[in-house]
Amino acid sequence: MATKTPREIIKDGLWTNNPALVQVLGLCPLLAVTGTVVNGIGLGLATLLVLVGSNLSVSLIRNFVSDSVRLPAFVMIIASFVTCAELLMQAYTYQLYEILGIFIPLIVTNCAILGRADAFASRNPVLLSVLDGVMMGTGFLAVLIVLGGIRELIGQGTLFSNMDLIFGASASSWKIQVFDDYANVLFMILPPGAFVGLGFLIALKNSIDGQIRKRQAARETQPVTAGSKRVRVTGHVS
Amino acid sequence: MAFLRLSSPHAHGPQRTSRVMLWVILATLPGLLAQTLCFGWGNLVNTVFCVAVALLTEGVILMLRKRPVAFFLKDNTAAVTGLLLGLSLPPFAPWWVCLVAVVVAILLAKQLYGGLGSNPFNPAMVGYALVLVSFPVAMTTNWASPTGLSADTPGLLHTIALNFTGAEPVDGYTMATPLDVYKHDIKTQLSDQVLQNPAFGNFVSKGWEWVNFGFLAGGLLLIALRLITWHIPVSMLAALSVMSLAFGWDPDQYAPLTIHLLSGATMLGAFFIATDPVTAATSRKGKLVYGAGIGILLYIIRSWGSYPDAVAFAVLLMNFAVPFIDYYTQPRTYGHQKARRVKAD
Repeated sequence: MATKTPREIIKDGLWTNNPALVQVLGLCPLLAVTGTVVNGIGLGLATLLVLVGSNLSVSLIRNFVSDSVRLPAFVMIIASFVTCAELLMQAYTYQLYEILGIFIPLIVTNCAILGRADAFASRNPVLLSVLDGVMMGTGFLAVLIVLGGIRELIGQGTLFSNMDLIFGASASSWKIQVFDDYANVLFMILPPGAFVGLGFLIALKNSIDGQIRKRQAARETQPVTAGSKRVRVTGHVS
Repeated sequence: MAFLRLSSPHAHGPQRTSRVMLWVILATLPGLLAQTLCFGWGNLVNTVFCVAVALLTEGVILMLRKRPVAFFLKDNTAAVTGLLLGLSLPPFAPWWVCLVAVVVAILLAKQLYGGLGSNPFNPAMVGYALVLVSFPVAMTTNWASPTGLSADTPGLLHTIALNFTGAEPVDGYTMATPLDVYKHDIKTQLSDQVLQNPAFGNFVSKGWEWVNFGFLAGGLLLIALRLITWHIPVSMLAALSVMSLAFGWDPDQYAPLTIHLLSGATMLGAFFIATDPVTAATSRKGKLVYGAGIGILLYIIRSWGSYPDAVAFAVLLMNFAVPFIDYYTQPRTYGHQKARRVKAD
């Protein structure tokens, strides 16, 4: 397997192979908790932490674990990092930990993490694996934030509410009341709204990709150089 | 629309979608008239607004999708979707509830799936279910009380002002629906006491029975014109009756059969919503199964669920099952033997 350049890894994680929009992995937490921006950030950061940690460790032991037992080994590693993330959240962001509830321990079952461990970290050197973990995690985090923002905006008419759960008391003033006197749209706060929101995000990404491809194709098919134009000539040229 | 693969002879009908839909619109008129007479102008105002929004939304999205706008608008299906929503939403539902319901129905449930004929779910019911889940307060407190019960049923202009300015309707002319009242009060009272509630008239449930008779008449017209077959409405109403007789024979626990049949959206659902040719099952046997499923689910959700009426949910749940039903109820092609399952040895 050809190793990727760091540049490709960055682009893969954030866009071309985004875990949420293209691989469509980790849907369970993605759909369940992204009711607000702050929930999205909380879960995204926890996933990012676990992803980086597991990619690092899996890459370190990749030459010492036989193929037949690699998956249990990876799961053990991931589970220990999830426990770390869970304890950290209990210690520093207890209220958010309470809100996210079961979905923190469930990060273990996020296929994106096991997928990266098996598909990338177990075959690549340490630094590249860490970079891959960071980029995949960031791509996931970005989708969680955008989806959380959409659902919070339509669902309750606010943005960045309760940010003090992560960023300390000073962040409680970040809340933006976009619509006053807003009738909450429960549908967007409940999981079905997440399905619809994610569908629109995937559609948006595909349409942007389509535009880019079209522009590239247009650029390639117009190799107009000066003086190469053909002119239809009738009659005599003297 | 999922067509069955049938062999010749193919009957050649002169029916066009636009004509069928026009008849559907005309057939809802008795029901709409009964609604207007019994509950005031609310449904009529909502219907006009919903149809206008439906046509506008459909036009805009067709333009965005680069499809011929006039061609698809003329088939009247968007108008029927708007009409069904206008008929089923509460009479005093504020304009934004109607707007959200119609836009979701046309955009999300119809056009995003590919437009007419490609949508697996009944668009109007998707819109209805979404606003019912999203705005529980607006969807339960805005039902009108039957005319004659309150001294001042709002006139046409007053209703328009109410629904479009966001003013809160007054308790004087709103009331819980009979199904809601029965479901709620039967927990603490006996049947006779519950029926003392002004929501129930001398006959079944004040106002609502005439609305249901209106839709029943319209539905019979559609069957007489052979625009729909009898299978879905009959099997749906039969299943509802059987369920009610089997489980709800004790009126001190569950609403009696008459209230199930002649209250809520039963007749509108049976003849106009469940029979949507795009989302219903296609073969005759399939239609019977599909209708019975709706009737059973309707009774289950009404009696043991948390919502007083359940036509939207029952229809949507059976829409899910339609591909499955169609798969198992393909009719035998003439001249062929019925497909038999091969025994696995």
